[in-house]
Amino acid sequence: MSKKLLTVLLAAGLGLASGAALAQTAASPTLDAIKAKGFVQCGVTGGVPGFSAPDANNVWTGIEVDFCRALASAIFNDPTAVRYTSLTSQERFTALSAGEIDVLSRTTTWTMSRDTQLGISFVGTMFYDGQGFMVRKADGINSATELSGAAICIESGTTTELNAADYFAANNMEFNTVVFVDQDEVVKAYEDGRCDVYTTDSSALAAERSKFAVPADHIILPEIISKEPLGPVVRAGDTGWFNIARWTYFALLEAEELGVTSANVDEMLGSDNPAIKRLLGVEGEFGAPLGLTNDWAYRIVKHVGNYAETYERNVGPNTPIGLARGLNALWRDGGIQYAPPIR
Amino acid sequence: MTIDTAYVRTEMVSAQPAPRRTSGTWAWMRKNLFATPTDTVLTALGVIFLFWVIPPLYNFFVGHAVFPGGTVEDCRASPDGACWAYIGSEIEFFIYGFYPMAEYWRPNIVFALLAALIIPLLAPRVPFKRTNAVLFFVVFPIVSFILLNGLDIRVTEDSPLFGLLSGMGLLSTRFGLPEGTWLFMQYVPTEQWGGLLVTLIISVVGISLSLPMGILLALGRQSKLPIIKTLCIAFIELVRAVPLITVLFMASIMLPLFLPVGMSIDKFLRAIVGVTLFTSAYMAEVVRGGLQAIGRGQYEAASSLGLNYWKSMFFIVLPQALKHVIPGIVNNFISLFKDTSLVYIVGMKDLLEAVKTKNDALEWASASQSITGYAFAAIVFWTFCFSMSRYSMWVERRLDTGYKR
Repeated sequence: MSKKLLTVLLAAGLGLASGAALAQTAASPTLDAIKAKGFVQCGVTGGVPGFSAPDANNVWTGIEVDFCRALASAIFNDPTAVRYTSLTSQERFTALSAGEIDVLSRTTTWTMSRDTQLGISFVGTMFYDGQGFMVRKADGINSATELSGAAICIESGTTTELNAADYFAANNMEFNTVVFVDQDEVVKAYEDGRCDVYTTDSSALAAERSKFAVPADHIILPEIISKEPLGPVVRAGDTGWFNIARWTYFALLEAEELGVTSANVDEMLGSDNPAIKRLLGVEGEFGAPLGLTNDWAYRIVKHVGNYAETYERNVGPNTPIGLARGLNALWRDGGIQYAPPIR
Repeated sequence: MTIDTAYVRTEMVSAQPAPRRTSGTWAWMRKNLFATPTDTVLTALGVIFLFWVIPPLYNFFVGHAVFPGGTVEDCRASPDGACWAYIGSEIEFFIYGFYPMAEYWRPNIVFALLAALIIPLLAPRVPFKRTNAVLFFVVFPIVSFILLNGLDIRVTEDSPLFGLLSGMGLLSTRFGLPEGTWLFMQYVPTEQWGGLLVTLIISVVGISLSLPMGILLALGRQSKLPIIKTLCIAFIELVRAVPLITVLFMASIMLPLFLPVGMSIDKFLRAIVGVTLFTSAYMAEVVRGGLQAIGRGQYEAASSLGLNYWKSMFFIVLPQALKHVIPGIVNNFISLFKDTSLVYIVGMKDLLEAVKTKNDALEWASASQSITGYAFAAIVFWTFCFSMSRYSMWVERRLDTGYKR
């Protein structure tokens, strides 16, 4: 009996040891597992329009969903090789560290404590969100600096309230609030004209605006007064997989910078620009070290498009959300989206 | 010869109408609405209340409402009316969730089978109860699962099953099918199920399993065998002592931490197991209440007839005990049905969660969008719960043997 037990234990120990040895030699255990099962398991929100939400055909769409589709394109050349797990904000990190999902792409704000204490790694910032202000167009206000003394509708006890108070104090402006406990009440009060300004995160402002009877009567001021960088997250410890996720994000930006779109990517294969050649895998061996093929970025652009395309499709000015690029423009267009060169 | 007596009538009295005060609408109103001054005041207050409540409700649900066929602009233009056009447009998501549109026929067949099997099962007059029960409790779950889930077998060179089959010489080619087509039916993993489909599956499974489990637990709790008794008591008391929301939370957040990385139990299964175990603990106590109502004489009579434990339980005790507690059992069923909406905690999109998701959809963004969504969910939930309640009352009347006061 005890002999049997010993054998089992020994076998288990050997198995563990060989497993550890394998993990060291393989480029990325996560990538290997994904290739074996044939799809990327992607954690998304329950439904935030523009970021991850079911569209009219009940298919997941959004800028964060597009990141998962880009990953699947890079690995499988098939943007549909993704399975989505709808996660609440409480369970998202557990689901990631327990291996139930491969990547978390779910309006998650990149903060130091999350990055350093949860055993997870933030890949980059797909969307720079932050608190903004909405006013009625008829009031003729064009900048947050003109808001001194204006009645501001705000949700009580939130960081929103604190951020706004800080901003007004820092700019020596008179802070005059109308406080409510519930988000819907705040919107209703603003709509009924009980205050002049409504403030919350700019993406949420845009979403609320589209519910108004005449959305065009309201404008979102250009100032963003807090930092909410939203980005995809992977488990810490698998550098290979982290690199794939990070360079998928960079490839989206790099393609936009080089003017490569899903429409012209096939022509661009013949481009003389060495940067484009390296991006699309015509020249150099940039996919192999990631454990991918050399046309990995070509596949991403072909199936999903570049960053500008996914932005315009999901949250851009022509969508119901209607957000201008702002901080999310490329560095050369006045934004802070910046990808290191592929070289 | 005529009798000339003054006090005898010579002709029949013609029929008179009944006194006004005992029949007719007016008399009914007098008796029921205006019998006393207090009644009169209460009636007036009631009428005022109705006048105050009904017109806005009518306007919201019918009068100012935008019906299917309307557009989102119509809904925005009429903020104090329901936007039924939104429900009409998103109804598929509310019923099927993320289930692929081309595959809706599969859940439809499951819905049809459910109706075709459950209605004869519940109607006492229909014969073949035993066959029906076997079909419903054994065949139907298997068929539904295969139909809804499909099989994860694709026509690919490197799929393990195909490798095996072709290795055995069973398959030389891929049947001439293009690479990547589904061999059987498209595989639809449970995370794509949603809406009413999920609500119904969880509640039907929960209801079908929790009653038998509850009966066994109740019998176990009354058992004379110490281990069984202790186990049953421990289970019932443990599960009843924690809220369902905690059970589901544990299942979704704690459980993965105990499992090896990469291994995960299907979320849908977790939700079903959680809901079923939870309800069966409550059910056990309801059934135990019924068992205690059965006099000792019944047990002794069963023993003296030579029936063993199970026979005496199933033929003598349980039929009487369960009849006593029908209201309690159905009460549990109804609360289980409504509790299914808690599975949003494990990320499943049941009917309510599907509605909440689409309430944020910008294509239908309007002031009345969320209220309409919630009203729709409420109507659906009410319809199911009210049907269960009426059915249980009918069963009670049917099984009434005159003990009731």
